[in-house]
Amino acid sequence: MSTEPHYTLYHPRWYRRRVSVWWWLQNRSYTAFVLRELTSVFVAFFAVVYLWQLRALAQGPEAYAQFLARLKTPRFLALDTVAFLFVLFHAITWFNLTPKAMVVRLRGKRVPDWVIVGLNYAAWLVLSGGVAFVLLRDR
Amino acid sequence: MMRRITPLLWLLFSAGGTVAALLFPVHLFLTGLAFPLGWLEAPNYEALHRLLTHPVTRLYLFVLISLPLFHWAHRFRYTLYDGLQLKHLTELIAVLCYGAALLGTAMTAYLLWTIR
Repeated sequence: MSTEPHYTLYHPRWYRRRVSVWWWLQNRSYTAFVLRELTSVFVAFFAVVYLWQLRALAQGPEAYAQFLARLKTPRFLALDTVAFLFVLFHAITWFNLTPKAMVVRLRGKRVPDWVIVGLNYAAWLVLSGGVAFVLLRDR
Repeated sequence: MMRRITPLLWLLFSAGGTVAALLFPVHLFLTGLAFPLGWLEAPNYEALHRLLTHPVTRLYLFVLISLPLFHWAHRFRYTLYDGLQLKHLTELIAVLCYGAALLGTAMTAYLLWTIR
């Protein structure tokens, strides 16, 4: 006999209701939750697009031109539009959640949520402007 | 082993989520919509290539691509467990998700290292 107890080996069959795979469509906040979780797919999609661009740049001017042409096809325009909306949803939900994930104290007082959220949006604005400036500067 | 590296995976998830939230909307808007639709002129090859010769750009691109991949791996893992009720495939899903993120990171590192 082993010393480990086998709690789960002989347990009686528990009664469990089968939950539908579509459980998250029954309630609006569940739907928002699953949509938020799904944003990660579009985050990964765009990371791969950027990796693809990097490979094109490494291969040379023709490969880069081909990359630009592929992004103009309706399939990619549609995908990028959907991905953009999901990535925006990710950004907004992520910023709004930060004060819940991170409590900051200054001189013993808790920094109010709106300050942390506001700082996130300010950083978002500044960084977006910086990226746009660098990419649109000289050509 | 899984228990040991969970804090690290969570850290990567959260760092990647922050990078994606702060930087992906602008990059995706420009590269995916504004340039292909002709709203703005896409940077030419020489300009981007010149940017890439700078080590800071390379570090930036490494962070920009790699961390969000780990963010995806972590979040998508749980989406599969909960959304599709695949709890019994835990290990396989974890290996596939983090494996894909590692592969993407390795490819990014290789390209950034060898580009000239």
